[in-house]
Amino acid sequence: MASVESQVTPAANATPIPLWLLAEVTYRCPLQCAYCSNPIAFARYRNELETDEWLSVLDQARAMGAVQLGISGGEPLLRKDLETIVGHARELGFYSNLLTSGVGLDETRLGELKRAGLDHIQISFQADSSGPSDEIAGGHHFSTKERMAQAIKAHDYPMVFNVVMHRRNLDRVDSILQLAWDLGADYVELANTQYHGWAYHNRAALMPTREQIRRAEAITQHWREKVGNRMQIYFVGSDYYDETAKPCMNGWGTTFLGVAPDGRAMPCHGAAELPIELPSVREERLQAIWEDSHAFNVFRGHDWQPEPCRSCELLHSCHGGCRCQALLLAGDAWATDPVCPKSPLHERVVREVEAADERKNEFPLVMRTVKNSRSLS
Amino acid sequence: MNGDVRIWLSAGMRLQWEAAQSAYVMLYPEGMIKLNGPAGEILSRCDGRTVDGLIADLQQAFPSADLTADVITFLEEANTKGWLRTTEGDDDG
Repeated sequence: MASVESQVTPAANATPIPLWLLAEVTYRCPLQCAYCSNPIAFARYRNELETDEWLSVLDQARAMGAVQLGISGGEPLLRKDLETIVGHARELGFYSNLLTSGVGLDETRLGELKRAGLDHIQISFQADSSGPSDEIAGGHHFSTKERMAQAIKAHDYPMVFNVVMHRRNLDRVDSILQLAWDLGADYVELANTQYHGWAYHNRAALMPTREQIRRAEAITQHWREKVGNRMQIYFVGSDYYDETAKPCMNGWGTTFLGVAPDGRAMPCHGAAELPIELPSVREERLQAIWEDSHAFNVFRGHDWQPEPCRSCELLHSCHGGCRCQALLLAGDAWATDPVCPKSPLHERVVREVEAADERKNEFPLVMRTVKNSRSLS
Repeated sequence: MNGDVRIWLSAGMRLQWEAAQSAYVMLYPEGMIKLNGPAGEILSRCDGRTVDGLIADLQQAFPSADLTADVITFLEEANTKGWLRTTEGDDDG
């Protein structure tokens, strides 16, 4: 998801507008993916925003110029008011994107969402078949997903087919792309795992060898040549392996505004894991949160940056990288992202990648369950 | 691109005026392109009319110069990017 989002680009030097509003409407989910980007403590989120509160968030964000709405979770289909939220978004002029596992979808709901004005659906798959899919996501959902992908196309939606890639499915990329092709995907996003949240916890089990990535990329390129524009395939690299700090959120507080199920506003997807207090849309207006809150200003611009970033010629393209990665790898959210070779702690990333190359035993997965969430947080 | 070809925006593409940005923007799954003035004028007319019809209309709105070559270049580029659906080359998807 991250890569496609970054195509929402703000005009240089303009007053920042939260062009991209991400509504994480619930953290409840029928899946238990071991790479989930939700906070480890997701089970502790209670008191989801009510329908009216979400509608007010949409009103406020649209008035500030927000134009893309991502509705995600957890599994957003678990919200019974999803159609109401989508309908309101359409009336306001949002382009609405539903990010779903497909579980909980059916023909009736698809029809209702279409009538409400939903613009696009991104459906996640975990693998090319049920065995490896169940292994990483828990439960038996593969055939439902297949059916729902067909239904999405039957309802004439543009469909993004999203797969998080890791040690256990990279070697299956050819059959994954075949599946996407057979299901009529318009875009395929092969998103290599970023090691935050649950994925960080499962690094030993999920990190692939460099050879796996190289082969998967070559196979992807072969598919691109074969299918051309009819199915656009994005192979999104993982920071650990690309050894390049990425411009997190396109620059902090420039483009992205996320709202967690309980109303906490987030400057990045992982902000709940950072040592900053998140303002709540229940207590403050969105505009005040965006413009004045500590959370949205703490990493805005470049004044906060340490060396080697401060004097680096890449500063304006990477903004110092990912704050969550800095916290996880350097123990300091203000540090240079250690995935950057210029970071004094880069060796820590190299060591992880080399260890993954040499790893012989497969590690068990810690699944994203309520029980695990409670015991880890 | 021939003059009698009809053009629409591709499915999933939406064009709208954004007051906050003082510009037309093209919206598509999880993305947005902010359009400059001429691009907005051209794309807002891609509603099923022919290339000739579109050029005639633009020429009437902006009579000072011959726009034909520029408009066709832009439309061909937009078509390559997948923004347009046309009655030409339906078979290449």
